[in-house]
Amino acid sequence: MLNRTLNISTSPHIVKGLGTDDIMQNVVWALLPVAIFAVYSFGISALMVLVATTAACVLTEHFLCRFSKKESTISDWSAAITGLLLGLTLPPNFPVWMAFVGGVIAIALGKFIFGGLGYNVFNPALVGRAVLQAAFPVAITTWYPAFLEGRFSAVSSSTFTVPFMEPTVDAITGATPLSAFKFDQVITPASDLALGLITGSTGETCALLILLGGIYLAARKMMNWRIPVAILATVYVLSGILHLIDTQAYPPPLFMLFSGGLMLGAVFMATDMVASPITPLGVVIYGFIIGLLVVVIRIWGGLPEGVMYAILLANAISPHIDNWIQPRVYGTSKTAKAS
Amino acid sequence: MTESKQAPISAAGNSLKMLQAMVGIGIICALMIVLTFQGTAPIIKVKKAEALEKAIFKVLPGIDKTQTFQLGPNDSFAALEGEGQEGKVAYAGYSPNGELVGVAVEASGQGYADIIRILYGYDPEKQQVVGFYVLESKETPGLGDKIEKDAAFLANFSGLEVSLADDQSTLKNKPVTVKHGTKENPWEIDAITGATISSRAIGDIMGASTEHWAPLIHKNKEAFGLKANENTQK
Amino acid sequence: MSNPIQDKGNTGFWGSLKDSPSTDEFIKGLWRDNPVFVQVLGMCPTLAVSNTAINALAMGLATAFVLLMSNILVSSLRNFIPKQVRIASYILIIATFVTMTDYIIQAISIDLHKALGAFISLIVVNCLILSRAEAFASKNTIGKSVLDALGMGIGFTFALFCLGAVRELLGNGSLFGVPFFPDNFQEWIVMILPAGGFFTLAIWLIIFNATKAKKATT
Repeated sequence: MLNRTLNISTSPHIVKGLGTDDIMQNVVWALLPVAIFAVYSFGISALMVLVATTAACVLTEHFLCRFSKKESTISDWSAAITGLLLGLTLPPNFPVWMAFVGGVIAIALGKFIFGGLGYNVFNPALVGRAVLQAAFPVAITTWYPAFLEGRFSAVSSSTFTVPFMEPTVDAITGATPLSAFKFDQVITPASDLALGLITGSTGETCALLILLGGIYLAARKMMNWRIPVAILATVYVLSGILHLIDTQAYPPPLFMLFSGGLMLGAVFMATDMVASPITPLGVVIYGFIIGLLVVVIRIWGGLPEGVMYAILLANAISPHIDNWIQPRVYGTSKTAKAS
Repeated sequence: MTESKQAPISAAGNSLKMLQAMVGIGIICALMIVLTFQGTAPIIKVKKAEALEKAIFKVLPGIDKTQTFQLGPNDSFAALEGEGQEGKVAYAGYSPNGELVGVAVEASGQGYADIIRILYGYDPEKQQVVGFYVLESKETPGLGDKIEKDAAFLANFSGLEVSLADDQSTLKNKPVTVKHGTKENPWEIDAITGATISSRAIGDIMGASTEHWAPLIHKNKEAFGLKANENTQK
Repeated sequence: MSNPIQDKGNTGFWGSLKDSPSTDEFIKGLWRDNPVFVQVLGMCPTLAVSNTAINALAMGLATAFVLLMSNILVSSLRNFIPKQVRIASYILIIATFVTMTDYIIQAISIDLHKALGAFISLIVVNCLILSRAEAFASKNTIGKSVLDALGMGIGFTFALFCLGAVRELLGNGSLFGVPFFPDNFQEWIVMILPAGGFFTLAIWLIIFNATKAKKATT
């Protein structure tokens, strides 16, 4: 009976025969409304970015599998999800060639170098985005306004930049609610944020659709619901306390909750099954750390948004979290640590 | 193999040998360092002076001579040969026919990464900053270091207004950095997009420094012209 | 300095002394025992100042100079230095040459000195230099130590240059300060940041090990 891989996790150990591709397919269904809304609000520029990142991820996965003489793993959908998620975190007017580079990096550096699916320390899509943020800081913070007229007939002037060349500056740019708050102290109303009537990364604008996707996944038990709940609760409580202390300097908690990439990050990125802890308590600690870092970076950091770094940092310590709170083995004494 | 390994000698002899070795090597090393220092010190001094001179020529357009002045007690300036005390030196620059073009002043302050040191030229006649040069910065390459070479940003400093208020001892408007594209007044500095923090740091350094220096230089502007003429005729 | 590295240096040295002519002392530093790509020594300057080709080259040459001079002096004093104080003596000798290099670089170019910054002084703690003094120069004649230092020094410079060239090309679009791409080239800013050093080194190590593995199988 031991000819299959052992599943290392806390109890219960007997689970339904739910394969990787089942889960991954459902994540795609959950992401689809978000992606469709992104294309609807930002036009074909956003579609180009999504196609580029997804294609880059799938192609890289396929090529690297062949290179290391393994069976191609693109049919398990995980590379496509990484690509889709990466695309959803990029600005809609992001040059296609940069998006493609990001996809290649996400799979090669974020996933394959650690040994492929199931071994990645960090969420691959965020690794790709972090490298893009460090490499092209101007392009990744140039935002394109939503609901432009003619967004379905023409792409933004920077979308089809010649590879390795600087994108031309768009005539029309917008500011995200977070940068508007950070640099001009303007607070966008929470209703606009929830409905996605704002500027931002392709997939982060409509908080309600993201939540719907999350609820679907949680209901089908394909996602650990404790993670997003812990993150969102931490952010809400912490920013609420700060807002009570000084209503002028600190934004209201609902603004913090619905702006930027927090929803997308909490629901689809932080819940990466491989890079998050496995124990129920560990997951809550993990969520708390992400929420704390998000608030700290957004309010006191030099950057307007910090969800990406918060999740990557928490990914890095998630194995340690599991170690700290190792459940006591039944029957051993309370003081002696089971090792 | 070293000899000591093969022939263990008495403890006293051993320590003596160690002492000899360390002192011997120490003397050789000290000699070499002193020789190199003696050899390179004059060259380094010349190179440093040249670098400063080059910077002064950059911030005061159209000059061909410079003269260092030291700020003495009771806020007066005196011509100075060689190096002056840090933070109390101004460099006057003159056009080919001996007229004072402006005074270059060093300033520094906290940037995004580390202390930024700048040099700027002040024209007491026009009451304007006429040139700007970054002496030292560790700002992020590709973003913050644009303060050194971004043409649009540097254009802010060819004619930045630093007018004195009526009492001649304070500024009418302190130079200040504003968001990119919102510069309206001649004393405002248009920030670089994507390098807001570094641009603001420059604005703060400029503001603090001009507030201190502009009234002083303006008050003493005769001193700069006169002494220089005497000096160049020597 | 960890023991495996030291042992490796020793066996490499003893093996080559038996089998090969003394030219091997020179060649080994270039490829087989390359200080950066194989021994992975001296990572601090390798990662920190390889952001442009000129910085990398200057750093490599400065290190090679210190390595050469300290190897000569250590080798010529090898019968004079008691073994109890040998490390202290080596550090003293290395520090002297580093200080001299510091002055000389300042005399050559103030700008270069500014760009290399604290990393010139940090050559003192570059384990490559100490390991060559301890593992080679203190046990060999001056001639061989010179060959060893030259080989290791050039190997180190070569490796730094490999990193610096890639980082400057991508991060700044130029090589030795000369623009290499059309004007509107998009710089990969991450490459001139510290993170870029790690990426580039990793890629070079992959290439190096892949070629080695291929050679071994054929």
